[in-house]
Amino acid sequence: MLTLSLFLIPLIAGLVLLNIKNKSLASSISLVVSFIQIAVFVYAFSVFKDNSALLTFDKPWLSDFAIRFHLGLDGLSLVMVGLTVVLVAIILLAIKNLNYENIPRLLGLILLTEAALVGVFSAKDIFLFYFFFELALVPVYLIANFWGGENSSKITFKMFVYTVFGSLFMLISFVLLYMRGQSADIESIKVTVSLLPNLIKQILFWGLLLAFSIKMPIFPFHTWLPDAYSKSPTPATMLLSGLLSKMGVYGLIRILLPFAPSGVQMYGEIIIILAVVGLVYGSIIAIKQNEIKRLIAYSSFAHMGLMAGAVLTLSVTGLQGAIFQMVAHGFNAVGLFYIAKIIFDKTGSRSLTTLGGMTQSAPVLTVMFMVVLLGSVALPLTNGFVGEFLMLKAVFDFNHVIGIVAGLSVVFGAVYMLRFFQKTMYGPSNDSTINITDIGAKEMMVLVPIVIVVLLTGVFPNLILDISGSFVNSLGVLNK
Amino acid sequence: MYPIIVFSVSGLLMLYLGLSVSKKSLLPINLGFLIIGLLSNFIDWNAPGLYFNNMLEVSNTLILVQSVVILAAILVAGLSSKLFEDAIDHPAEYYALMQFAVVGALIMVSFQNLIMLFVGLEILSVALYVLAGSDKRNLRGNEASIKYFLMGAFATGILLFGIAMFYGATGSFDINSGSSVANNLPEGKIFFWIGLIFIFIGLLFKISAAPFHFWTADVYQGSPTIFTAFMATIVKTAVIFALYRLAVYSFSFEYDNWSKFLVIIIGLSMLIGNLTAVYQSNFKRILAYSSISQAGFMLLSLIGLGEQSFGNLGFYTLSYAFATISAFGVFLIVSNDQLVDGRPNENINVFNGLFKRNPDLAVILLISMLSLSGIPLTSGFWSKFFVLNDAATKGYLWILIVGIVMSAVSLYYYFKPIRATFGSTESESITVSSLAKATLYVCGAMTVLLGVAPNLFRGLF
Repeated sequence: MLTLSLFLIPLIAGLVLLNIKNKSLASSISLVVSFIQIAVFVYAFSVFKDNSALLTFDKPWLSDFAIRFHLGLDGLSLVMVGLTVVLVAIILLAIKNLNYENIPRLLGLILLTEAALVGVFSAKDIFLFYFFFELALVPVYLIANFWGGENSSKITFKMFVYTVFGSLFMLISFVLLYMRGQSADIESIKVTVSLLPNLIKQILFWGLLLAFSIKMPIFPFHTWLPDAYSKSPTPATMLLSGLLSKMGVYGLIRILLPFAPSGVQMYGEIIIILAVVGLVYGSIIAIKQNEIKRLIAYSSFAHMGLMAGAVLTLSVTGLQGAIFQMVAHGFNAVGLFYIAKIIFDKTGSRSLTTLGGMTQSAPVLTVMFMVVLLGSVALPLTNGFVGEFLMLKAVFDFNHVIGIVAGLSVVFGAVYMLRFFQKTMYGPSNDSTINITDIGAKEMMVLVPIVIVVLLTGVFPNLILDISGSFVNSLGVLNK
Repeated sequence: MYPIIVFSVSGLLMLYLGLSVSKKSLLPINLGFLIIGLLSNFIDWNAPGLYFNNMLEVSNTLILVQSVVILAAILVAGLSSKLFEDAIDHPAEYYALMQFAVVGALIMVSFQNLIMLFVGLEILSVALYVLAGSDKRNLRGNEASIKYFLMGAFATGILLFGIAMFYGATGSFDINSGSSVANNLPEGKIFFWIGLIFIFIGLLFKISAAPFHFWTADVYQGSPTIFTAFMATIVKTAVIFALYRLAVYSFSFEYDNWSKFLVIIIGLSMLIGNLTAVYQSNFKRILAYSSISQAGFMLLSLIGLGEQSFGNLGFYTLSYAFATISAFGVFLIVSNDQLVDGRPNENINVFNGLFKRNPDLAVILLISMLSLSGIPLTSGFWSKFFVLNDAATKGYLWILIVGIVMSAVSLYYYFKPIRATFGSTESESITVSSLAKATLYVCGAMTVLLGVAPNLFRGLF
C-alpha cells in the first residue's frame, strides 16, 4: 500500500497541477506533495525491515495474460525510490524560483515524471517495468519541448527516438521471456531463465543490454547525450541526468543480471571495456569543454560508464559501489546543473572563457559549489569517494589493466572539475561577473540539502550500503 | 442483427428527411439513429446462434466488435457538426450513405455465408465510393472517387471469382464447408487454393495491405477528411474481422501454408507503410501510409490465430478507431481554419503553433499520435503488444523484430505533427464546436483510459 501511495500521490498531484493557473498555489501544492512523499518514504523505510507486507501492492492488471500490477520495495528499490523522492523534492524547490513561464504545468510534469520513476523502481512485473520505463520519458520530452530553446525540439526528439528504439528491444526480450514461461513476474522469471535455449539467452542479453546502455548511456550509444543535456532546459536536464539515467543502471542490476547471467559471464568483459572507454573518453572531452552544461554532461556520461562497468564485474563491491554512486551522482549532477543555471542567470553566460572571479561577489555560492564539486571529484569524506572507490576496486579486481585505465578517470575528473571551478570562481573578474549578487535564501534552500547529503552520505556511507547490501547479498548471481 | 435492420430503415428515412427537415437538425437525428442502433445491438446479448437460414452469426464477442463499428460511426458523425452547412452540401445523403456503409460493415463482421460477405462488402464499398467523391468541386476528390471505384471494383471481382472457386471446391457457400475439402481429392484442392488466394487478395486490397496498397494514399488524400476518417476506421475493422472469420472457419486447416505468405505480406506492409510515411509532408498521406502499417499489425492476429487473437484484434480496432478519429478530427478542425487557395491546408505545417492556438486540441493530437506509435499509457501500446504477442506464440521472431524496428521508425513521422504544435505562430486561437470538442475529448480520454486499464474492454472477450 505504501508503495502504491508513493506512486499515486505524485500522479494525482501532477494531473491537478497541469490544470492550475495560479503560480503560488501550484508551488505550495508541489511543496506539500514533496513533503508528504518524503514522510511516506520515511515511514516505508522504518517498516522495511520487519513489515514488508505493507510495501507491496499486487492486483491483476491483464488477467488473460497473467500480467499483474505488482509494486514492491526491496533494498535496491528502496534506495532508488528514496533517491527519486528526495531529489524530486529538491528539483521542485529549485524550479519554482526560476524564471520559467507557466510554472504550474512544469511542476505538474515533474511530478508525473516522479510517479513514473517510482513505478520503474518498484515494479515487480516485467511489463509494468517496461510500461513505466517508457512512460518516464514522455513528461521529460514535453518539458524539454515547451521550455527549451530554439533547437531543443529537434534535439529532444533525437533523444526520444534513440531511447525508445532501445527500449523496444527490451520489449522484444520481454515478450520472448513471457512466451517461454507464461509469466511476467520478475521473481518467477529469474527461476525459469536458466532453462532457456542458448539462442534465446543470447537474444535476451543483447536486447536488454541495448535498451539499458542507450538509456545510461554507455559508449558508443552516447551521441544523444551531450546535446540533450546541454540544450534542454535545466529542469529537463536535472531529471535526465539525476534520475532517468539511473533507470539504465537500475535495469542492468534488476533485469539484465538475473535474466541473462550467462550472457553477462560471456560478454561482460567486452562491455566493461566499452564502459571504461566511455569513462576515459568522456573525461577527456570534458576537459576540453568551454560550455559549462556540456562539461557537466560529459562528466555525467563518464560517471555512468564506470557504474555500468562496476555492475558487470558481478562482484559485491562493484554492485554496492554502483548503487551508492547512483545516489551520489544523482545529487551531485542535480547540484552542478543547478549551479550552472544560477551562474547563467546571474551572468548571462555559460562559457568558461567569459566567466571568472565570481568568488569576489558570491562567496556563499563558491562554498556551496566547492562542496558539490568535491563530491563530484570523489574527495574522501564526500559521497563521490565511497562509490568511486568501491567501483574502481571492483573493476581492478576484475582485471588489473582495465582497473588502472579506469583509475585515470579520477585524475581527469579532478582536472576538468577544478578547471570548471577555477575558470568560473577564481581569476580576474570581468564586466559580467563583477556586479553579481550572491545567492540568497531561495537558492540556499536547494543547495544546503544537497550539501548535507553530500557530506552525510560521505561520512556515513553505511546509511545506504546497509539497505542495498540486503539486496546485493540475496541476488545470487554474483561471483564468489 | 438488429442494428442491420435499424440502419437499413433509418438510412432510407434519412434520405426522405433531407427533403423536409432543416440541415441543422439532421445531425442530431443521425446521431439518434446511430445510438438506437448501438443499443439495439445488445438485444441479442446472450442469445448466440445462427440467423436467417445460417446467413449470419450472432454471439457476444461479435456484438462487441459490431459495437466498435457503430461507435466509430457515432464518433465520426460527432465530428461532422457544423461541417455541412454550405448550400452545395447534402448532409442527408451523406448520413444515409454512412448508415448504409455501417450496415455493410456489420454484415461483414458476422457473415456465415460467403454470399453475405460479398453483399456486405458491396454495400460498404459502394457507399464509400460515393462519399469519397462527395466534394464535387474538388478535382482530387473526383480522382480519389474514380480511383477507389475502379480499383475497388476490380478487387471485388477477384473476391467474387475466389468465392466461385471456393464454391466449386466445396459445393457450399457456408464458411464452415472449407474443412470438408481436407479429405477431398487433390483436383478439388486446386480450386480451393485458387479460391483461398483470390479471396485473400480481394480482402487484403480493401484493408490496404502491401502490395495491394497503391490506391490508399491518393484516396485518403482526395476524399473529404471526415470521410477519410470514416473509411480508415470502419473499413479496416470490417475487413480485418471478415478475414479473421475466414481464417478461422474456412481456411484454418491450411494454416501452415498460407501463413507463410501472409507473414510476408505483413512484413511488406510494415516496411512500405512506415518507410514511405517518413517522406510525406501531407498529413492525410502520412495517415494513409500509417494505416498501411497498422493493417500489417492487425494481420499479425491472423498469424497468431489462438484463443486470445479475437480479443486482441477487437482491442486493436477499438484503440485504432479512437486514435485515428481523434487525429483526423483535430486535423479537420485545424485545416478548415487555415485555407490555402480556398482549400483546407493539408500540409503538416498546419499544426504549427497549435499548442498556443488551442492547447486542448494539441493535447488530443499528442495522445492520438502517441497511441498510434504505441507508447505506453495509451491504448496503442497494448494493442501493439497484444498482436506482437500473438505472432510470437507461433514463433515468428523475425516479424516481431521487423514490427518493433518499424515502430521505432514510425516515431519519426508521428512526432512531426507533435513537434509542429510546439512551434510559434501568428495565427489566432481556434474555436471548436462543442459537439466536435466533446467527441475529441471522449477519444482522447478513452485512449488514455484503455492505456491504463486495458482490461476494461479486453476483459469482455
